[in-house]
Amino acid sequence: MRFILALSAALLVSGSAFADDVIHLSIKDHKYEPARLEVPAGVKFKLLVKNEDPTPEEFESFELKREKVVPPGQEIPVFLGPLDPGEYKFFGDFHQDTAQGVMVAK
Amino acid sequence: MLASLLIVFREILEAGLIVGIVLAATEGVRRRGLWVAGGVAGGVLGAALVAGFAGALSNALEGVGQEAFTVGILSLAVLMLGWHTIWMARHGREMAAEMSAAGAAVKGGRKSLLAMAIVVAIAVLREGSEVVLFLYGIAVSTQEGPLPLLAGGVIGLLLGSLLSYLLYRGLVIIPMRHLFSVTNTLVALLAAGMAGQAADLLARIEVIPTWGDQLWDSSAFLSEGSLVGRALHALIGYSDRPSGVQVAAYLVTLVLLISLSRYIGRPNATQRGRKAGGQPATQAR
Repeated sequence: MRFILALSAALLVSGSAFADDVIHLSIKDHKYEPARLEVPAGVKFKLLVKNEDPTPEEFESFELKREKVVPPGQEIPVFLGPLDPGEYKFFGDFHQDTAQGVMVAK
Repeated sequence: MLASLLIVFREILEAGLIVGIVLAATEGVRRRGLWVAGGVAGGVLGAALVAGFAGALSNALEGVGQEAFTVGILSLAVLMLGWHTIWMARHGREMAAEMSAAGAAVKGGRKSLLAMAIVVAIAVLREGSEVVLFLYGIAVSTQEGPLPLLAGGVIGLLLGSLLSYLLYRGLVIIPMRHLFSVTNTLVALLAAGMAGQAADLLARIEVIPTWGDQLWDSSAFLSEGSLVGRALHALIGYSDRPSGVQVAAYLVTLVLLISLSRYIGRPNATQRGRKAGGQPATQAR
């Protein structure tokens, strides 16, 4: 418990270190919108993933090394970057047949 | 159906591999079945709770609650595995020597069993909450045909359990004398992998530096997304694109646990060494 308290304190302190750049991505009908997402290369940014479906989804990408649950109707932040220019695939782990997207860092 | 089969199979396998190692590592300890079963039950209950509060969890701590929570339970698991390693270093030799002698270190055994039950609960909770969320999704969106999806889930559950059971059987055919040295190594690797994941998660939410975002990329050789990659990830913490701090935490935990168990298990605990008969002390660990 003490560990969690210390961790939350550390999180609060480091909160200001998060980048200001915000990129939006949404999930609707188990598809990513936009499916091809342009992001800035070489800087940190915050990706806000909004789930507009009534079912949970998991934002996942092997190439970005991210895996995060997005509950129905909610928006979650994913901290990314700095990325090298290039393409990074991501998908929805719970609906892999439809929820596919690619992030293009420029 | 295939999608649900794969998801459930994958999660069950990941938790099951850990349960298999715990079962092998506690081979011969009395009433371990009860403790491990309790751990599984607690994990399932926890998974349902975590899934139910997924929304609140995500929004906690400025949106990084999911990561903070995972780091918390991973750290707890690493502590418990460390505890077990040290306990085994103390008692492993006498357990190997007097396997049949009932009540070998029962008191200490219970403590270690509690630690291992917690590890089991955490493994089941982590993987199980994804299954619960996934199945909840099926239940809500009926237009996708819940029956074939649930059937796939059940088949995935059976296949995952079967494979985990085979790993356990494979481990326990190792002669008792060597079993604990094998499982101790596995437990140390398991703990190191979890410590690495915890460090990597902390780096992702920028609490600690990454020390290099990606030390290497072996995804072309063995992808972490493949079945073998997933299994190795659960077992020994394999990562195809590890961050620097992840590798550092991995190595530190591994070296620490191995040297601690060597140090504590040294044969100067004399009477135990003699009881073990002509068996070289180094082998019994």
